[in-house]
Amino acid sequence: MSELSVDNVLGIKYLTVEDINLIHKTADQFKEVINRPIKKVPSLRDITIANLFFENSTRTKLSFELAEKRLSADVINFSAAQSSVKKGETLVDTVNNILAMKVDLVVMRHPHPGAGVFLSKHVDARIVNAGDGAHEHPTQALLDSYSIREKLGSLKGKKVVIVGDILHSRVALSNIYCLKKLGAEVMVCGPATLLPKHIESLGVKVELNLKKALEWCDVANMLRVQNERMDISYFPSVREYVQQYGVNRELLDSLKKDIVIMHPGPINRGVEITSDVADSDQAIILNQVENGVAIRMAVLYLVAAKIRRND
Amino acid sequence: MSQKLLLDAAALDIILHRLACQLIENHDTFENTALVGLQPRGSFLLNRLAEILKTNYKIKNLKTGLLDITFYRDDFRRNDEPLKANSTEINFLVENKRVVIVDDVLYTGRSIRAALTALQSFGRPDTIELLTLIDRRFSRHLPIQPDYNGRQVDAINNQKVKVLWKENGGEDAVYLLKNED
Repeated sequence: MSELSVDNVLGIKYLTVEDINLIHKTADQFKEVINRPIKKVPSLRDITIANLFFENSTRTKLSFELAEKRLSADVINFSAAQSSVKKGETLVDTVNNILAMKVDLVVMRHPHPGAGVFLSKHVDARIVNAGDGAHEHPTQALLDSYSIREKLGSLKGKKVVIVGDILHSRVALSNIYCLKKLGAEVMVCGPATLLPKHIESLGVKVELNLKKALEWCDVANMLRVQNERMDISYFPSVREYVQQYGVNRELLDSLKKDIVIMHPGPINRGVEITSDVADSDQAIILNQVENGVAIRMAVLYLVAAKIRRND
Repeated sequence: MSQKLLLDAAALDIILHRLACQLIENHDTFENTALVGLQPRGSFLLNRLAEILKTNYKIKNLKTGLLDITFYRDDFRRNDEPLKANSTEINFLVENKRVVIVDDVLYTGRSIRAALTALQSFGRPDTIELLTLIDRRFSRHLPIQPDYNGRQVDAINNQKVKVLWKENGGEDAVYLLKNED
């Protein structure tokens, strides 16, 4: 197969295993491209992409923008902080105004879950979801699974634990869908207050004890504690969270095997993981960032490949 | 669909040796030369030529690479068939090198146009030449001609030239396929 089964990349839930494999395979080629002396290909030179960020983001936005520029697309940026959203304009109106300027593809981050799906039903453009509230963050899950595949060869039968704030995390949900589709076993681990009720129905194991979770897994994906999404206290103090759910060198050394440590960033050093773990050989955090550009190039390339001009 | 044999294994072998000798004539020890095969089909021809140059003519340190032109093609989103990317393996800088692009069939010239653009991403070569096994003359869309050529073929547009290699299709041969309708 060499074409995506979907027109928009709204979530991993809507992708088939073949789609995910195709994106990974295409990313292999783009990874080679971004390591050349001249890191640019002309594939999307007649495509205009709007990056609509209704919520703050640094690395995802940078990563998408770099991917777009490496593909030679024309790029316009929009962030809600300096826009008419503040003046009361609706999402559909905002996007239609931007599309009236002849934009082909929209990359959107929005604080509301389902914003991407909603938009895809009301506007005439291809949409790539760059994170919608606590719902999905498909490109992050694609790059996480790509990074694991690169490190361990395959995902089939591999055991991955996602540690931390599962409740507020779009990275967790997209990762669960993606890893399960690729045949990995998934466990979530964190304080009971930060684990959604009925999470087992997604086919994941639940473990409250970090040490036991780490003994079980091949890969640990450490999520950031998202203070900005917590409207009430979910744990007594950061210190207590660190003691129960923080990974340090001592804990890693007490395990019988070397596990792979991942983090979607930005790291709270000393909270989810200590500095010596973040900078160790077991951590593939910076590989994730590099792979992020290649994965986003692959997603944009494959979505754009399905745009046809009616001439 | 009928097919006509254009080259059999013996004829192909003679042509490969001739092409190798012509390359030596112009590139001597290949000190500053790199052979770059176009993915996917140019890789077989490249490997054969490299093998002959190394074993029969004792060329040492021959630099070879594979170039994929998918992202540089001018028919992206215009074709019914989606484009599929292959790997690029160029582990040297082409800056100031004499590059020979190697491909099996030269038809419209569009692939070579894309390859010329793609090569620029690896630096500024001193010169670029083109080596092809089959030149389908009279079919060109662009002003591109080979510097080294195996066999010229006059084929009309609904005909297809099929190059088979032992490594790939079980025999060394070149066929001309015709649609009978």
